[in-house]
Amino acid sequence: MHVPTMAEFLASGEQPEVLFWVGCAGSFDQRAQKITKAFVTILDKVGIKYAILGKEEQCTGDPARRAGNEFMFQMMAYQNIQILNGYNIKKIVTACPHCFNVIKNEYPILGGNYEVIHHATFLQQLIDEGKIKMNEGGDFKGKKITYHDSCYLGRANNIYEAPRKVLEAMDVALVEMKRCRSNGLCCGAGGAQMFKEEEKGESRINIERSNEALATGATIIAAACPFCNTMLTDGVKNSEKEADVQVLDIAELVAAALQ
Amino acid sequence: MMQYLQQIAFLILASYSIWLFSRNILQIKKNIFIGKDEDLSDNAPLRWKNVLLLAFGQKKMFRNPTVAIMHFIIYAGFIIINIEVLEIVLDGILGTHRIFLGTLGSFYHFIINFFEFLAMGVIAVCVIFLIRRNVLKLKRFISKDLNGWPRSDANYILVTEIILMSLFLTMNASDRALQLQGSEHYRETGNFILSGIIAPIFQTFSTAQLILIERSCWWIHIIGIFAFLNYLPYSKHLHILLAFPNAYYARLSPMGEMHNMENVQNEVKYMMQPELAPTGESQPMKFGAKDVMDLSWKSLLDAYSCTECGRCSTACPANQTGKLLSPRKIMMDTRDRLEEVGANIKLNGSFKDDGKTLLNNFISVEELRACTTCNACVQECPISISPLDIIIELRRSLIMEDSNAPQEWNGMFSNIENNFAPWKLSPDDRDKWKEEL
Repeated sequence: MHVPTMAEFLASGEQPEVLFWVGCAGSFDQRAQKITKAFVTILDKVGIKYAILGKEEQCTGDPARRAGNEFMFQMMAYQNIQILNGYNIKKIVTACPHCFNVIKNEYPILGGNYEVIHHATFLQQLIDEGKIKMNEGGDFKGKKITYHDSCYLGRANNIYEAPRKVLEAMDVALVEMKRCRSNGLCCGAGGAQMFKEEEKGESRINIERSNEALATGATIIAAACPFCNTMLTDGVKNSEKEADVQVLDIAELVAAALQ
Repeated sequence: MMQYLQQIAFLILASYSIWLFSRNILQIKKNIFIGKDEDLSDNAPLRWKNVLLLAFGQKKMFRNPTVAIMHFIIYAGFIIINIEVLEIVLDGILGTHRIFLGTLGSFYHFIINFFEFLAMGVIAVCVIFLIRRNVLKLKRFISKDLNGWPRSDANYILVTEIILMSLFLTMNASDRALQLQGSEHYRETGNFILSGIIAPIFQTFSTAQLILIERSCWWIHIIGIFAFLNYLPYSKHLHILLAFPNAYYARLSPMGEMHNMENVQNEVKYMMQPELAPTGESQPMKFGAKDVMDLSWKSLLDAYSCTECGRCSTACPANQTGKLLSPRKIMMDTRDRLEEVGANIKLNGSFKDDGKTLLNNFISVEELRACTTCNACVQECPISISPLDIIIELRRSLIMEDSNAPQEWNGMFSNIENNFAPWKLSPDDRDKWKEEL
């Protein structure tokens, strides 16, 4: 499978329908790379004309900004917007809620105006349009799955239903945690916490959250954020439940159920 | 003669308490505007809608319906029964008794009955709330955030409301007893359902005793209301007033959107495109907030509007896992410091350095570092307070003014700078995953 880049599109004088913003986690983190691969597999199979920036993509600046380093954020934003505008990008899809939030909400005031869509919404649309066809009574039918809301998708941007609709399309038995949707508990990675040790306390946030997810009895914990995925995977391992319970991105679930 | 004395005493009391209250409220307004300008006047229709839904309708309180209904009873009771205060004030000024009885006729009977039931409801709920705080000891009420004055503050408010409502019911009961004894000043109102139950007990008292009881209740009730009014500026209970402007000026942007720093944006732009840079000396810049005067005025209004209910801290992932951070404490610290700075300015004409700042002296680095920016606190606040805005501004100051970052963050910053990713991995490998497909 070939993953086209914007540079290639430019060379052929064509424009893709949508730019897939991979994000740093999706590019470098071994676990998140699997999500990236699953998502491009879907794009490829459905026949979406998409491209990535490849080596031209850079960190959006999200962790720097949330840590308090506005200079670094502005630098990254400036450079990314230059590249995106240079390619005349109109529509962006990303599998990372942090990238999604920054490009959608924080780049416009800096001159970066795009239609930005998170892959949860994108997948839901493809399913609704009948473009994604999944196996009848597929692998996940009737499976007990719980969905963990990412803060930057949920509270930050009010996207609660799209990922759930994607799961429902697979006929799974969706079980909710008590703290879900706008009450959802953070995985502990946001606000640049991913990149430092937690402050001292009684327990770790990711353990608190993964215990809540495990308590639902679900065998799959679905996430829609590479950072939530890492945090919850660590939490499940901490409870020594990794043999019974998987943490999977909704794109991975869809890719596995594709016809 | 006695009547005139009462009228004069009432007028003096009313004018003094209203004067005192206005003075304190103006001081609070002044304190709020110590904060930095931020234009929040756009989209008036949506803002009014927020006032209606969040402040009047208490929409977000209904995330917990049982508590919401109880809170609504106190709120409705308090606001509606204050219509009765209008009558009390008019009676006080004019020396009349139950001035609306003549004009409203049978509707008067209905309305006072309604007030009595509300008053009973308020008493019941206040008792339940006292039990929740002091007997059941709900987690968010026994939190160390509230140690000392804040915990007493909450109890004083509940006890005062119980007393005020009891006085209202007792006053009506003794009034009724006087009517039944045929005392000429006390016009026939008929039996009110609730006070009517107590009235027969008062029948055993003499007319003089009853007049003393009725007058005492009337006076203590109105003195209590004026005292309560003047207690508000010192109390968490100020939210009954400030919830309204706070809902109006709530930020309308998505919760995930962080406030842009235009000065930094321009700095970076001039660095990248020097031809755009203005010539001449540039102003020295301050980044983020070290103290209350560096915060937006909206954050300061937030601080005065906070009623310390603790829904934010209950939802906060850091707080729930035993970290030092408590969004409620962020708001309480901001108000405490603002009061201090306000008094400082009042005393010295302008702010005189007192060797203290909100950052460090009130809010510690450890608290700030524990925040995941998950917005749970913002989501939970029934009146649209954002502790996160304050946390972010203080974090900005820590990083950009003090270069105070944990080592891992410094590593992350340098990785972003050199490798364009938060990890120390080569930018050439960014699309390496393609080869494994």
